[in-house]
Amino acid sequence: MSESHVKTLELTLIESINLALNRAMILHPEMVVLGEDVGVNGGVFRATEGLRDKFGLKRVMDTPLAEALIAGITVGMAAQGLRPVAEIQFMGFIFAAMEQLATHAARLRNRTRGRLSCPMVIRAPYGGGIHAPEHHSESTEALFAHIPGLRVVIPSSPVRAYGLLLSAIESNDPVIFLEPKRIYRLTKSNVIDNGKSLPLDSCFILREGKDMTLVSWGAMITETMQAAKILASKDIDCEVIDLATISPFDRETIVHSVKKTGRCCIIHEASRNCGVGAEIAACVSEFAFPYLKAPTSRICGYDTIMPYFQNEQDYLPSVEKIVDTVVASYASKKEAAYANI
Amino acid sequence: MTTVTSNSINKEQLNFSISRYSLLNNKGELSEELPESIADMKQALHAYKTMVLGRAFDKKAIALQRTGKLGTYPSILGQEAISTAIGVALDEKDIFAPYYRDLTAQYLRGVSLKEMLLYWGGSEQGSNYQNCKKDFPVCIPIATQLSHAAGAAISLKVQGIHQAALVTCGDGATSKGDFLETLNLAGAWQLPLVMVVNNNQWAISTPRSVQCAAQTIAQKAIGAGIEGVVVDGNDYFAVLFAIKEALVKAYSGKGATLIEAVTYRLGDHTTADDADRYRDPKELKQAWKNEPIKRLQNYLLKHNLWNEDKERKLIELVASEINESVQAYLDEPKQGPESMFEFLYESIPENLYDQYAEAKYQRFQTEIDKM
Ligand SMILES: Cc1ncc(C[n+]2csc(CCOP(=O)(O)OP(=O)(O)O)c2C)c(N)n1
Ligand SMILES: [Mg+2]
Repeated sequence: MSESHVKTLELTLIESINLALNRAMILHPEMVVLGEDVGVNGGVFRATEGLRDKFGLKRVMDTPLAEALIAGITVGMAAQGLRPVAEIQFMGFIFAAMEQLATHAARLRNRTRGRLSCPMVIRAPYGGGIHAPEHHSESTEALFAHIPGLRVVIPSSPVRAYGLLLSAIESNDPVIFLEPKRIYRLTKSNVIDNGKSLPLDSCFILREGKDMTLVSWGAMITETMQAAKILASKDIDCEVIDLATISPFDRETIVHSVKKTGRCCIIHEASRNCGVGAEIAACVSEFAFPYLKAPTSRICGYDTIMPYFQNEQDYLPSVEKIVDTVVASYASKKEAAYANI
Repeated sequence: MTTVTSNSINKEQLNFSISRYSLLNNKGELSEELPESIADMKQALHAYKTMVLGRAFDKKAIALQRTGKLGTYPSILGQEAISTAIGVALDEKDIFAPYYRDLTAQYLRGVSLKEMLLYWGGSEQGSNYQNCKKDFPVCIPIATQLSHAAGAAISLKVQGIHQAALVTCGDGATSKGDFLETLNLAGAWQLPLVMVVNNNQWAISTPRSVQCAAQTIAQKAIGAGIEGVVVDGNDYFAVLFAIKEALVKAYSGKGATLIEAVTYRLGDHTTADDADRYRDPKELKQAWKNEPIKRLQNYLLKHNLWNEDKERKLIELVASEINESVQAYLDEPKQGPESMFEFLYESIPENLYDQYAEAKYQRFQTEIDKM
């Protein structure tokens, strides 16, 4: 692309997703967009706004209300020359699509020894905090991370949303691209529309620090960064890592960081039990054990059903909870060890 | 490519049919005399009052959402006749599996306005119905309630109970496997099941024509070997008749019915939607002419069962019932954080004790902060 055409725009996360979709549609003539209400309406969150007018009905398809169908035709299109990007309106409605994702999208390459593959993206807004009805607020990224053959990607800023969505679309593997809707419109930042993708195999160090590694992703990055600031004022210098590629994840960067800081705390919105944090904690203890000065801790949503919105703030990990946990773990390894029982 | 001419083979024509019911026109005139099973005028008056209450509640709920006192809310505007007829037709011992536009049916089943406000206001307490304790709660994942109702129908059949299960869904829902799989089973197992499709022409921004190419949704019943009926969904009497007929059939072991009630969504999809983005205003204007409440009112006026004075009194009564319910809802204290744990399992597993204690502590903290 000639430099003169590269625009810098101040965008929210949702706008940068729209921008990335636009850019990818231009870069990849084989790309199509499909889903419920993605055409005329531009998606219920407006992620696909304007695409139908620009690229036409053949490339931007309003589907019937049927998630199993959406996932199934996405597999079929991807295996036969298209590059489909499907939207599941809310992650809570992805379960009907799960069969197609787990039994086919994840396995077609392996099953055919590489003869057929699924260069496809399933986008879905996820996470709580927007005052929505039941099934509109869950964080079930671990369910997908557990399926070999799928990639799971979660952006946490407009810039990373742009670059990671482009790379998800360019990837020849099936990608579950989860969008933290709580921060869809939270902040704006400068996004350069240069068509450059970000790597799908590395996490992002958002803040360097020497005392404690904080690993998080999605909307929780907001609280984690706020906590890091408060902790700095308490003389605890935190390194903040945005995991971003949930699966497969960049173990090396995390282990390297923990070897430096000697302490690790993982923060996620999803329930703790069998969450992605458990995998990271296990890797830290396996690969950085001799360097650890304190037990690795996890700050997560409770092991409960995501409550309806009157109680959703009670469920979501707060800045104070992150600060308190880190302070406790930093102050005394013994105490922290007991707190983790 | 080879072409095949069909005149060489013996073709036999198989014929299937779908009935379409309507009784009441927009002026409130009947096309024929009311069948006896639905001719009870006390019941018709009660239905009218319920529809008026439903519409007033709807307006209030939207206003509450706009002022931040309620969450996302799906309007029932224009679709009151279907749900009301369901509520009138169902026997107390039948099992109802509603979708989210069944305000008036649920109200007639005994769900209080306060419970409904709690539900849309973000509290699980709203589904802990104090009456109609066997009914399913509102179901958000589209079409998933259909197989629950089939399960309920099986349960009735296995237990030898001569009642029925009734389930509702939208036109969009009929595209999901859940709908078609349930329909199929309902025929294969002759279930005492009534499936009512509220065809309001839209699934958010997706028009009915994008869902399927069939002329009617009711004809999907043919493929399942059960009866399919189309009914004017803005015609209270016709809907009531179709549902009563289907229920009687179910009670007597003669199987399931699919009823497509054709109506129009006069509001936005929910308070989170803006239909002006995709809906032709002319279509909306036209649809208003067929709305169900005015139609039933015209009928009642014509037969001297209703008058202006009664209407005024009704509106006052309805307003005070709604206001009382809204106050009761607003006065309801928020559940404590520990409530997340209390209904998760039959009893709290030991390894959740620490989290449960933390949630309780969280509650103490907020109470102390308030002091
Ligand atoms: C499985 C599933 N997918 C998507 C949604 C999001 N959604 C909520 S309502 C709706 C449209 C439903 O249309 P229809 O069945 O016609 O019912 P209506 O709302 O028109 O009454 C959609 C797509 C959902 N709730 N569940
Ligand atoms: Mg509909």
